[in-house]
Parts: sequence; structure tokens; C-alpha cells
Amino acid sequence: MMKEELYEYILGVADNSLILGQRLGELCGHGPSLETDIACTNISLDLFGQTRSYFQYAAKLIGNDATEDTVAFLRTEREYRNVLLVEQPNTDFAYTIARQFLFDVFHFLFLDQLKNSNDLNLSAIANKAIKEVSYHQRFSTDWIKRLGDGTPESAQRIQAAIDDLWRYTDELFHTSNIDDKIIEAGIGVNLSELKDPYYSRVIQVLEESKLVTPESKWFQKGGKAGVHTEHMGYILSDMQYMQRTFPNMTW
Amino acid sequence: MSKNWPLWEVFVRSKNGLEHRHFGSLHAADAEMALENARDVYTRRNEGVSIWVVESKHIRASNPENNGELFEPAQDKVYRHPTFYNIPDEIKHM
Amino acid sequence: MSENQIKNIEAEFDARIARDEKIEPKDWMPEKYRQTHIRQISQHAHSEIVGMLPEGNWITRAPSLRRKVALLAKVQDEAGHGLYLYSACETLGISRDELYEQLHTGKAKYSSIFNYPTITWADIGAIGWLVDGAAIINQVPLCNTSYGPYARAMIRVCKEESFHQRQGYEIMMTLAEGTKEQKTMAQDALNRWWWPSLMMFGPTDAESVHTAQSMKWKLKRKTNDELRQQFVDQTVPQAELIGLTVPDPDLKWNDERQSYDFGAIDWDEFWQVVKGHGPMNKQRINARVSAWENGEWVRDAAMAYAKKQEESRTKQAM
Repeated sequence: MMKEELYEYILGVADNSLILGQRLGELCGHGPSLETDIACTNISLDLFGQTRSYFQYAAKLIGNDATEDTVAFLRTEREYRNVLLVEQPNTDFAYTIARQFLFDVFHFLFLDQLKNSNDLNLSAIANKAIKEVSYHQRFSTDWIKRLGDGTPESAQRIQAAIDDLWRYTDELFHTSNIDDKIIEAGIGVNLSELKDPYYSRVIQVLEESKLVTPESKWFQKGGKAGVHTEHMGYILSDMQYMQRTFPNMTW
Repeated sequence: MSKNWPLWEVFVRSKNGLEHRHFGSLHAADAEMALENARDVYTRRNEGVSIWVVESKHIRASNPENNGELFEPAQDKVYRHPTFYNIPDEIKHM
Repeated sequence: MSENQIKNIEAEFDARIARDEKIEPKDWMPEKYRQTHIRQISQHAHSEIVGMLPEGNWITRAPSLRRKVALLAKVQDEAGHGLYLYSACETLGISRDELYEQLHTGKAKYSSIFNYPTITWADIGAIGWLVDGAAIINQVPLCNTSYGPYARAMIRVCKEESFHQRQGYEIMMTLAEGTKEQKTMAQDALNRWWWPSLMMFGPTDAESVHTAQSMKWKLKRKTNDELRQQFVDQTVPQAELIGLTVPDPDLKWNDERQSYDFGAIDWDEFWQVVKGHGPMNKQRINARVSAWENGEWVRDAAMAYAKKQEESRTKQAM
């Protein structure tokens, strides 16, 4: 198996953490309460921590003076492999929580499998990250329940967010040719096996939260192939601003 | 119903073998959230292995105005302390 | 109580503080003590959470992942410090919501330094180095202040803040050792943040109205001017070490005083910013107000949910 393929695979995993961490980072200082602000920042920090572990490994794989930062900051939009779900904006706290919940359930199932990877670096990262993500999932699930079974306004808002973000869930389970090779090598996670447990867990929580599971069967995809929503360009303009304005400097 | 999240007191055990100690307080809508918030606010730097939370209104505190009758009577009960008793110097540890 | 009795109790109260005894929430305290503490502690708490905004402005644009996590953790600490301080303030019989109300309506003040904009990455370095540096000088003596909950909050704050200033100085040092553009950026940030940092210690002793009372209650250990001098003496060599120039033509070492003499502070600017005419006063308050207002339905939902859970538990028990 080629190093380049493993590198690509890692990007597909790590970019989700990077972009979701970036989105949560936008909220720091603007949360609905100080306590919630601190909690969301903690999740953001966990995600950036994971990102760094993945990218440090990825940089080693490709060599050529690559670092975690060149991997994180110096790609074009089409080269980012994150799913569309994580780049969706913080429209309101309901969107933030819905996005988090829909990703956390996947993320936990994913890491639970990645722990068994033949690649010792990846399994070590997964073993550490799964504890963090287990907490993220608890946090976002609790908030789904609070908002779903809170006031009429909160129920309406969280339902709207779930309805809107639902179309990005299917992409979580898409695989590319590279994925297939990596899975065959016993390194990657077979995503199609996660689909049933994912939806059964999500639907169970939605029911407990008195929310309706969207019926739409029409899903959006593209992030994994580098075809993003219009939001992505703005995320990158912010994120890459310094690296692009002042190239080749140490910070 | 008050719309504001009530105040909770947070007690953290720093490591096994030590008692839970009062760390501070925070606001939360329910006990579950109070525990999560306490984890995020008070153990960010690896300060704890166990957390208790209790809603502040459930704590009954003694009134400092009664400190005279509550605590001063204990001051002269020196016979409760080992130094009150004389033993021969030859016995070094008792 | 007769006037004489009150005087006696107050004298006994002051004597306790003079003996280094701590005052705890349920202890009797003069109304003025309570009010002064509410004002100072809440101002301090407001400064922490308003202070999150200028630095938060750079979280999404931090130039490396290492810088990004450090900045996130630092801004998060400030939320934590605000929280500890609001909690300390609440022990004096005022709620966090009332304190927010005072901030949002402009009744309460916060540190004016946060009304300046962060326009380059070097500003994040300058804030950590200078603003946190000044804050630490102000705060360390408060770890020993007379009001127990405030002193305990400050001990925690000071312990956690020790990385903040280093974080800022490291950013400045990296820029100063970097390319010409980076060095210019660092010097420019120092130029803009130096004087506002000196203003953080408040008006000169001659102008300061609260000092005597605050000294007695150990809300202050040194005067504004003494603390400012300490800051200058400590910071100037740090600037020199990394090749940056403090923007004060009158700055020079005074061998006799074993201290730096420095130029006059523009107090007119200081008072203008305090009165709300700084570059960012409106934006800072608007950001706080909109976070609070946009969060209202979230807080309400959590309370409504908690109540429903409580009711269903009670029903099950019956």
C-alpha cells in the first residue's frame, strides 16, 4: 500500500476534526452561558488536539519538510476531505448542537473501529480520542434532549436544525477507492458497517427527545471528494489568512 | 418558575485517598448539566478524579452570629488533646 | 442598633481585617464593604469576559495549530476566571443575571484596555505579554485580600494565568526574531498597546478616590503609581531582550531611584475611553448583549426540561 494513499485517508479522517474544531472555535466568547461557552471550547480543543496528532503523522508520511501546519493550512479548497456536515455554520445554538450530535454519534462509532487498525499510529490516536468523543456524544445528546423536550421554541428550533442537517448524514458513510484499499489493508474502517448502528442510535435519541426523524431520502455529498458547500471558502479564508498573507514564516 | 439557572456548589476529589474539597460554584439547569459543567470548568487541568455537585440552596450553614455558643466552648477542652497528658520522657512515642 | 453600637462593630470588623483574618460570606460586614466588593469583583469579572472578545477575534485566524490551541485555551481560561469571580460576587447577595444587567446597560465598568481593537496577529502577543503582565501585577496582591471568596478565586486565577503572559511573550519573541515584516508587526503592536497598558493601573494616586479605603480592606496593597512603576521596571528589559523599542522618548533609567522614569500618560484619552468613546466600546457591549439575548431561549429550554424531569421523577416516586 502506498504512503500517498494512507496520507489521503488520514486527511479524510482529520479534516473533519479540523473543520468542526474551527467552527466551534468561532463560538468562543459568544455562548448562551459562560458554562456552555467553556464546554464548547473544550470540545473544540479536543478536536484540534486530534487533528494535530493525525497531521503530525501525515506529515511524516509524505516527508519533504511537511509539518502539521503545512498540511492544515496550505491546501486548496478542493484538497480538503471533510464531510459537508462539519462545515455547516453556527446558525444558532440548535444548529451547533444538531451538527455536533449528528457528527459525534458517527465519530464515536468510527473511532471504536479505528482502535483496531493495523496501523499502530492510528489505533493509538483512536484509543485516546475515543474517550474525548465519548464525552462529546454525551454532551450533545443531553442538549438534544433539553432542546427537544424544553420549550415550544427550542423544540421548533432543534427540529428545524435536524431537518436541515439531515441531508448531510449519508455522506458520513460514503467510501472512495482509496478508502476501499485502506480498509482492505486492515487499516481503515468499513463505514458501511457503521450505518445501521448510527441511524438506530440517532433515531432513538430523537425519539427520546420528542423529535421527528426526517423522512427525506435525498442526501447531499461531495466533501469527501473535495467538492464543498459555499461555506468552506470562507472558513479557509479565515483559517489560512496568516499563512497566505505572510508565506513561509515561522509563528 | 425562575428562568435563571440555579447555583450549584462543586466538590472535587483531586486523587484517590483524598477527600472531596469545595472547589467553587457554577450555574446549571439540572444535576447532569452541573456535573458536566463542573468537569469542564474545574477539572480542565487534570485537577480531579471525582466530582460531587449539590444545589446551593440545599446547603444549610451555621450562622456566624452563633459562633460564640457553637465553637468557643471547645476551646478550653484541652484534655481532648494528647499534650494534656504527662508520660515519662523515656517513652518516646505514644 | 444605635450609632455607637454600629461604630463599635465596625471598629471590631476593621480590627479583624488588620489582624489578617478573612471575612466570609455570612459574616456581618459594613454595607459599604459589601458594595465596594460587589463593584470591584464584578468589574473584574466583566473584564475577564469582555476580554475574551479581542482575543477571540483571532482564534479562527491563528497562524499555526499550536498557536490556535494555546489561544483557545487562554480565552477559555478567561471565561473560567469570569465564572470564578461572578461566583465570588454572588456570595455577597447579588445574582449573576443582575451583574450582567449592570454590564449590558453600561452601569458597570470593565477594564478599558479591551476597548482597543486587535488588528494584527502581533496584538495577540502584545495582549498576553503586556495586558496579562499588567493584570498579574494587579492581581497577585489580591490573593491575600480580606474577603475570603475573592481571595480564593484570585488564587485560582493567578495559578492559571501563569501561562498567559508567557504565551504572549513567546509570540512577540518569535515575531521579533522573524522576518522584517514580522518584526514590524511586533513593534507596531507594542507601540499601540504600551500606553493603554500603563493606563490599566488606573488614575494617578493624586486622582484616585478609593485608595485609602481599599488599602484598609486589602483590596489594594500598593498604590496605582507604585504598581505602574513595577510594571514599567519589569517590562522594559523584556522588550530590550527581544529587540523591541518601548514607544516613550522620555523613558530612561534613573540610577538614584533604581527605576525607570517614563513619560506622561495621556489621561484625556484614558477618560474618553472610560466614558465609552474608545474605538470598540460599543462593539464589545453589543457582542455581550447579543450572546446573552441569543442564549435566552437556550437557557429557558434547559430550565423547562429540568422542571419536566423533576416532575416525572416525583410522579414515579408516588
